[in-house]
Amino acid sequence: MSSRASLAPGGSVFRRRRDGWLGLALVLPALVIFAAFTYYPFFKNFQMGLFKAAPFPNLPSRYVGTAQFTTMLGSADFWDSVKSTAIYALITVPLGVIGGLVMAVLAHQQLRGIRIFRTIFSSSVVSSAAVAAVVFQVILSPQTGYLQTLGIHLPDITSSPTWGLPAMALVSAWQFVGLAFIILTAGLQSLPDEIMEASRVDGATAWTRLWRITFPLLSPTIFFCGVVGVIFSLQSFGQIDIMIGTSNATYTHTNVLIYAIYRLLHVSQNTGLAACYSIALFVITLLVTLIQFRLLEKRVHYAH
Amino acid sequence: MSQVRFDAVSKIFGGTPALTDLSLEVADGELLVLLGPSGCGKTTALRLLAGLEQVSSGTIHIDDADVTNMEPKDRDIAMVFQSYALYPHMSVRKNVEFPLKNAKLPAAEVAARVNEALATVSLTELADRKPGQLSGGQRQRVALARAIVRRPRVFLMDEPLSNLDATLRQQTRADIVALQRRLGVTTVYVTHDQVEAMTMGHRIAVMKGGVLQQVGKPLDLYNEPANAFVAGFLGSPGMNLVAGELRDGQIYIGGDLVGTSSVADTRDVTVGIRAENLRLADVGFSATVVVAEELGADVHVVCETATHERVVVRQAQHATVPTLGDTIALAATGQVYVFDRHTGARLS
Ligand SMILES: Nc1ncnc2c1ncn2[C@@H]1O[C@H](COP(=O)(O)OP(=O)(O)OP(=O)(O)O)[C@@H](O)[C@H]1O
Ligand SMILES: [Mg+2]
Repeated sequence: MSSRASLAPGGSVFRRRRDGWLGLALVLPALVIFAAFTYYPFFKNFQMGLFKAAPFPNLPSRYVGTAQFTTMLGSADFWDSVKSTAIYALITVPLGVIGGLVMAVLAHQQLRGIRIFRTIFSSSVVSSAAVAAVVFQVILSPQTGYLQTLGIHLPDITSSPTWGLPAMALVSAWQFVGLAFIILTAGLQSLPDEIMEASRVDGATAWTRLWRITFPLLSPTIFFCGVVGVIFSLQSFGQIDIMIGTSNATYTHTNVLIYAIYRLLHVSQNTGLAACYSIALFVITLLVTLIQFRLLEKRVHYAH
Repeated sequence: MSQVRFDAVSKIFGGTPALTDLSLEVADGELLVLLGPSGCGKTTALRLLAGLEQVSSGTIHIDDADVTNMEPKDRDIAMVFQSYALYPHMSVRKNVEFPLKNAKLPAAEVAARVNEALATVSLTELADRKPGQLSGGQRQRVALARAIVRRPRVFLMDEPLSNLDATLRQQTRADIVALQRRLGVTTVYVTHDQVEAMTMGHRIAVMKGGVLQQVGKPLDLYNEPANAFVAGFLGSPGMNLVAGELRDGQIYIGGDLVGTSSVADTRDVTVGIRAENLRLADVGFSATVVVAEELGADVHVVCETATHERVVVRQAQHATVPTLGDTIALAATGQVYVFDRHTGARLS
């Protein structure tokens, strides 16, 4: 009935098909790269989980079915790792998001020289894990650290079973805070000016505006930041490797999943079990993200 | 009682003047319309009054208080934004409540005043909806309710009708006027629509390029424009403006006599004649008929002079409409205005 239907179908279908080929050609390079470095390893990983590595290199591995998954799920080491990972994320994400939010709100003020602070606040994004590890060693080291010279005596995080994991999570939060700051600053800057101005005219104090207007309107961005933060924290590896290391006795307390995978692969040469741990990490990441979407998204206000 | 006074207020944005030397008073209970084309500085003037923008120079008073450097929240004003600027995460009721909660009024009074404001704009049934679930006209009314609930000293409205369709705009226009007259709150109303200005304002302030051109009652501006710009901007259609000459107080267009002036001078001028003051005649200045716009009650006959200037003649519907392409003679039946050809200033 519509005038659209009366258009010559031949022409438009032809055009669509040509556009299709062009589109495919354009995404092909990206597809090849994703296939080689993401999709293939991802599926190969599942296969590896079904084979047990030989005790010596260069010997064929043996098909064992789901035996290694059963081993993993029954091992105390695995559940310790899961617990460490959870604690790690529970420290990193709130600290990073709240820190980023505070800095973003402060830097959003129209003050002289605010650009310098924006640069400083976002600088941890461009610092590698190695840099972060060194920075915190300089601060925290019980022998030569800044805090030590200030008279604040800290336990040695490389040997303290209590403080090792929180210290690593702190480094992780420091790394994440820069990214959180950038995401939340972008969010703040895209809030509609007229709504912020209306709240000023409506007699709201700066504090009221922050809690009643800014944060609710920013909630989708805060939520997004949390999701990114969880994924980020589940993948933290560098500073643990540099500051604790595999040889140190306390590694069992900082043995988060990603680090356990690394140890299984490179210290124990147990490729099969490492693959099982990887799959577990993937499943956990997926579940946590889904739960976040289900639970939190309901409380988020999306502006129209 | 609340008066507003701008004293020599200027605003410069990074070297570009948006508002130049504005001096203007708004009387208690008056609805003053700021009228002008896009970019003439209307919104800037309003935002300076609201305190959302800082003046570059000059002072602003509300009553006897100098508010020039006061925070918006301390000025006791309410503003209706062009986009309405409703809080999307709050219900209609919460939106309207917000200014009262900020003023820390007792809960019982808040509830009573919110209910009254919602009833005034007929939104009581929709109080629990979110702005996203309302039509444009309903959102506009929420914005109005949020403004009136405050009982502020001054209302500021920035093109509050521009997002509504024509029918709704006409109706809301009447509603706002009735509400303003009833509440008697001093109001500054910004628009670029001269019909809105003529029908709503006690007085109109016409602006152009950041400079105030003329202030006065709608009909005074219509009948006694200070310059060619005001003459051409007010009225639909605006006054016809055609190049002409003044010879010893006689006004000529293309060599044809069209009227007399009290200025006994001889010079090039711009001649202004309202569309309703022109008629087809046997003698007069000549023009070619371009198009005839049928508006129902009357017809706008659009013509072009020998020097390619547009002239509109308003005719009653039953009058004989000339054939398109014909060359006709036009004579003035009412006042003929003369303006300086270069400055546009009114000469008579
Ligand atoms: N924040 C700003 N920075 C720089 N220039 C601005 C700013 N706000 C307004 N201007 C300029 O000042 C002039 C007046 O703007 P203003 O918004 O007051 O116009 P207006 O009369 O409200 O126009 P409109 O009818 O289109 O809303 C314009 O030239 C505009 O470009
Ligand atoms: Mg404007």
